[in-house]
Amino acid sequence: MSGFFKSSIGRKFTMALSAFFLMFFLLQHFAINFLSVLNPDAFNEVSHFMGTNPLIQYVLQPVLLFGVVYHFVMGFILEIKNRSSRVVKYAKNNGSANSTWMSRNMIYSGLFILIFLVIHFIDFWIPELNTKYVQGDMSGLLADGEGYRYYEELQHKFLPPWRIALYCLGFIFLALHLLHGFNSAFQSVGANNKYTKGLKGFGKAYAILVPLGFIVIALFHHFNH
Amino acid sequence: MNLTLKIWRQKNAQSKGKMVDYKVTEISEHMSFLEMMDVLNEQLVNSGEEPIAFDHDCREGICGMCSMYINGEAHGPDRGITTCQLHMRMFKDGDTITIEPFRAKAFPVIKDLVVDRTSFERIQQAGGYISVNTSGNTQDANAIPISKHAADEAMDAATCIGCGACVATCKNSSAMLFVGAKISQYALLPQGQVEAVDRVNNMVAQMDLEGFGNCTNIGACEVECPKGISLENIARMNREFLKANVKG
Repeated sequence: MSGFFKSSIGRKFTMALSAFFLMFFLLQHFAINFLSVLNPDAFNEVSHFMGTNPLIQYVLQPVLLFGVVYHFVMGFILEIKNRSSRVVKYAKNNGSANSTWMSRNMIYSGLFILIFLVIHFIDFWIPELNTKYVQGDMSGLLADGEGYRYYEELQHKFLPPWRIALYCLGFIFLALHLLHGFNSAFQSVGANNKYTKGLKGFGKAYAILVPLGFIVIALFHHFNH
Repeated sequence: MNLTLKIWRQKNAQSKGKMVDYKVTEISEHMSFLEMMDVLNEQLVNSGEEPIAFDHDCREGICGMCSMYINGEAHGPDRGITTCQLHMRMFKDGDTITIEPFRAKAFPVIKDLVVDRTSFERIQQAGGYISVNTSGNTQDANAIPISKHAADEAMDAATCIGCGACVATCKNSSAMLFVGAKISQYALLPQGQVEAVDRVNNMVAQMDLEGFGNCTNIGACEVECPKGISLENIARMNREFLKANVKG
């Protein structure tokens, strides 16, 4: 199997597997964020569970990190290889005649998502790690000890307009990335036949509705605080 | 119609090429694109200039030799055709047409618009065949039951003429539509099963060795393919490759 992972098809296969994992993660992230709109108490409970459960913290979180890093690193490796496959560029190339803008610019939408993720990590993930593992406060409680801190922190984060703007832009690029990426992942693992035709519509719906949902949640908290 | 042509001129594989402008006049809209190129070449020969080298053979859409990238598209702005089937009625009087060779690291330019596509032949030689006993005991292929659906799909894959438009069009210069078609035409038939594992492993290894890029599923190859080879063939190749590697 070692030859498989070095081959062009094998690399695309592993890109697709990491994409499936990330798309599944995105869906559960959305579901939890959506809880903050429906029921703040439930959001607090689930956030505390996710933030303190050993299986999630010490097994799934490192797997997620690996998935994110692998998808980006392999994406760049493949892009470099692909660019080197055409030394002399065309004087005139009409790419829009046969393919979508999203499909031709995955590296750019991916790059913007990477920038967004770095900011998102600095904003949310690193302070969370600091509270739990540097300061050692695993209680998840507010400073005054009156209830969980998660919902209040979420509302506080969504106050500055610059963060909302960046957040929306990040998810617009994610939607563009998913509009090609969702179905591309299925094609890469060999799932393109009469049984998978329905997936294309579902993929488009996922690519638009999930990022749109994240944007709506952010706007909801911004305007309701 | 009168046209301005911007054409890639390159003396040989070692030299550096450049775009050169030419004018052609009184071109009939009924001419094929290659006939228009013939008119230009006649003009160049009469004026003592070197004619433009371009590949062509059958001029009826079968040989796949006419490798031209016209106005930013392989075989020009029409669908399901090779360059010889492109008619001048697709253009307007006064148009400027850009004509370049198919570009890929694995398709080096030999001269002007002629490219070396022997990388495709090496991929075929790596496994694009079946071994048949020809010592007088050959089994009649018609005696082997094959479903109509599988036969049709195999035939669709086998219509690939190996022109290289997929590679030329792909932003990554990927050859996966070609290789996918060549693997599919055997993968769908019982005769192809015996050597299936070696075929897909060897053909994919040769494809990677030739320096083609990776498929990113943008689908441009399927749109520009003169024979309408479907992306399903790439998915089938991916499945065959995975199956072969799981089997060992």
